Amino acid sequence: MELWNAIMERGVVGTAAELLHELFMLIFGSELVAGILMKCVGIGAILGLISVAAIVFTYGERKVCAFMQVRIGPNRVGGRYGLLQPIADMLKLMSKEDIIPEGCDRVVWALGPMLLFVPTALIYAFFPFDKGVALADVNVGIFLMLAISSQAVLPFLISGYASNSKYAFIGGMRTVAQMLSYEAPMIFSLLGVVMLSGSMRMCDIVDAQSQQLWFILMQPIAFVVFVISATAETNRVPFDLVEGEAEIVAGPFAEYSGMRWALFFLAEYANLLSVSILTTVFFLGGWNGPFLPGAVWFGLKVLAMVFVFMWFRWTFPRTRIDQMLAFSWKILLPLALANVLFTGVGIYARQWF
Amino acid sequence: MDAVLGQVHGLVAWALSLANDYDVPSLIEAGVFFLFAGLALLFACGVVFFRNVVHSALSLTATFICVACLYLSIGAEFMGAVQILVYGGAVAVLIVMAIMLTRRDDMGHSNPSRGLIHHVMAAGVTGLFLLGMAAVAIFSPFRSAAQPLGDAAPGLADLMLTHYVLPFEVIAVLLLIAMIGAIVLAKGADER
Repeated sequence: MELWNAIMERGVVGTAAELLHELFMLIFGSELVAGILMKCVGIGAILGLISVAAIVFTYGERKVCAFMQVRIGPNRVGGRYGLLQPIADMLKLMSKEDIIPEGCDRVVWALGPMLLFVPTALIYAFFPFDKGVALADVNVGIFLMLAISSQAVLPFLISGYASNSKYAFIGGMRTVAQMLSYEAPMIFSLLGVVMLSGSMRMCDIVDAQSQQLWFILMQPIAFVVFVISATAETNRVPFDLVEGEAEIVAGPFAEYSGMRWALFFLAEYANLLSVSILTTVFFLGGWNGPFLPGAVWFGLKVLAMVFVFMWFRWTFPRTRIDQMLAFSWKILLPLALANVLFTGVGIYARQWF
Repeated sequence: MDAVLGQVHGLVAWALSLANDYDVPSLIEAGVFFLFAGLALLFACGVVFFRNVVHSALSLTATFICVACLYLSIGAEFMGAVQILVYGGAVAVLIVMAIMLTRRDDMGHSNPSRGLIHHVMAAGVTGLFLLGMAAVAIFSPFRSAAQPLGDAAPGLADLMLTHYVLPFEVIAVLLLIAMIGAIVLAKGADER
């Protein structure tokens, strides 16, 4: 009962962290050492979360896809529901031959997938998973997070360039066009959220939603713009022009095999999880919710958003590159800017009432 | 059990007492500064000396990120974020430009080194620039704050949208003109 009260007050993760901190204090007896160890545990937890998410999402995606296409999906490995399918996939990937294409820019080619994973994993440090549970709660959290996540463009481009293959190169060029143009509406759609909450600190934004309404109700246009541009930023259907299997084989990762290719895959699912977390934090009220502990609410909302993104993927056909770019610059960006204007007028008007 | 714990506590306390003679936080600060400053210089040399223009551009990104880390380490998070967002994003476009403008059979010699006279000229211009910057830094009336500002973004926004709103808008117009000019140059003005 005491534990339950502590969980309701400080959250599941917060309570676990506190217990672990007490354990470290008991063993080492020094605040400094315990603090450093706690940071290491936090980093390990985030990396573990990303890996587990990748495993669960590969299985989930195949099941969701099968459900949409009236099939059964994985049903052989590990019982009736194919629960061990991701493990089999992983073993297959790890045992594959590592093919290095001839005439590639060797060092840059090898760096590509590794560098891609860095910004993808780094932004998890800013996410508020529960009340007071964030590895780095920075003043300009949103801005720093967007800045770091925008660095994911470069690894795609250099892997495309270094593969010394036409398809990979076209894919790399498409990445730059797509990810840079969808960054603009994404950032401007978040501006409305920042204006309403009056802070760029992520925890403050969630707190603001517990006092006001959830921002999906106050910023519906921003929500739609954000979800669409997030789909484009993660390179998922209907905006998977970067991979475009039917057009350019697999884009920047056409020349990668085995674990190198798996790193791209891991980054893709880490991105899927992070945009779902971002949508939850900015628009769905983060950890706020009645009865259950905050972390449970957070997890439920994030999984719901993951399902929505998978739903998109198996519902819409792929767009054409020119349609996609025109959509970003001619529709999403003006919408996002208009939203900023209306939000400003609304905030100004509210002073008089 | 208690004996083992006591041993561990004693060991940790002894290790920490070793560090007591030094000012550990400022040592760490200096270490971080020299690490990133050194890396930035190293990558900056890479920009100049790499033969392949794409490698040079990548090296440039690494330099920018090291400078951003320097900003972050002195508590200027906003500056660091701006540095990463603006320069990192710009470099991706720069690489695309470089590839499109210099694409040949062999990228290995796309960033050739010039003769001695060019080196001397470049060194001279750089030296003059550094002298000018030093003069500005010494004689300007602006001084850095005594301690980190903390949340700098609201103050910046206030200044930019009230006192400095005119220069801000003028720069925006200038950038717009530059963008339109670039499009006209790239597409040709008389295209129907």
